[in-house]
Amino acid sequence: MPSLKDLKNRIGSVKNTRKITKAMQMVAAAKLRRAQEAAEAARPYAERMNAVMAGLAASVGQSASAPRLLAGTGSDKVHLLVVMTAERGLCGGFNSSIARLARVHANELLAAGKTVKILTVGKKGREQLKRDLANHFVGHVDLSEVKRVGYSNAQGIARDLLTRFEAGEFDVATIFYNRFQSVISQIPTAQQVIPAKFDGGGATALYDYEPSEEAILADLLPRGVATQVFAALLENGASEQGARMSAMDNATRNAGDMINKLTIQYNRSRQAAITKELIEIISGAEAL
Amino acid sequence: MAGSVQFDLVSPERRLASVAASEVQIPGADGDLTAMEGHAPTITTLRPGILKALSSEGTKSYVVTGGFAEISASGVSVLAERAVPVEEANAALFDALLAEARDAAATADNKDAADKLVADMLALRAAVGQ
Repeated sequence: MPSLKDLKNRIGSVKNTRKITKAMQMVAAAKLRRAQEAAEAARPYAERMNAVMAGLAASVGQSASAPRLLAGTGSDKVHLLVVMTAERGLCGGFNSSIARLARVHANELLAAGKTVKILTVGKKGREQLKRDLANHFVGHVDLSEVKRVGYSNAQGIARDLLTRFEAGEFDVATIFYNRFQSVISQIPTAQQVIPAKFDGGGATALYDYEPSEEAILADLLPRGVATQVFAALLENGASEQGARMSAMDNATRNAGDMINKLTIQYNRSRQAAITKELIEIISGAEAL
Repeated sequence: MAGSVQFDLVSPERRLASVAASEVQIPGADGDLTAMEGHAPTITTLRPGILKALSSEGTKSYVVTGGFAEISASGVSVLAERAVPVEEANAALFDALLAEARDAAATADNKDAADKLVADMLALRAAVGQ
């Protein structure tokens, strides 16, 4: 049975924790709004880009001269998994869910006899995958110094991917990130970026192309990779804040419950001590 | 007075403009072109240059690099990798752009294209007067 003083200290410390989690929740809520706005603002660009590229890809697509970024290298032996996670923890299952998806994916590929390479973005994912997949790591992108993810960050990652692709280091690249659904739900998503895949599209109006269709497509495909990476980074950013917000909301509530319980326990033992003292006094008086 | 076209300028990070413009001057990769109402549907890549949009609110100019312009029946949309209103363009921006272009030129396999990019950047800078 803890003493009264212990209980009191305990209540004090849980109260402090609650203050911290409450503050973190509010910070996350503010950041979430910004992150959502950024993701929203990036959407028109990505959508337009995709529509035009899908149209071009459909018309140039199957010809022999199609760029390798679209047609692929002709094999799918080496897979590069780009695992995007947060730089910080304390955001519920956010990092674990991406890491889990990536791990399942990697193990499937390994079982199928493919070579797996992993590029991590954000240190949390790296830490989680280090245990069993460390020998597949080929690189790491550190964004911990970046306050607000900008297009230039995405360009950097995309350039890295493209140089590796040009050098023949991999055949297929897939990015892993959390798609933002709502504050309480983020969906871990795997998305193939190289060779480029387009859903839908195809039926575009007849355009004049300046320069040729092939030249435009060759120019756009690398940009398309950057755009997809950027969209994923933004979705991830919003998801991270959303996950942190709900995790901290839970933590704050739990701390409140704990304080209530401890307070009851504290009052009980205080009451017990008083009763005990009274009994001692009364029985002492009766004995006289 | 000619009719107007819906003009959208978007960069990856935000939408810079969405207005009804009477004409849009686009720095295309194969040469400048002006899009007005009834222009044939065209897709062209951009070279670094100045994009001008004439609307009822006057002329707005933007410094754009990389990307493409899509002219269709419904309007003109320009997707630029980097787009900055001319008033906000400063020496630091051009320094960064130039450095990037020179870096690319130093490593590129396609020397001509990379050198052209540097030249375009220099011309652009001169045009803005920075």
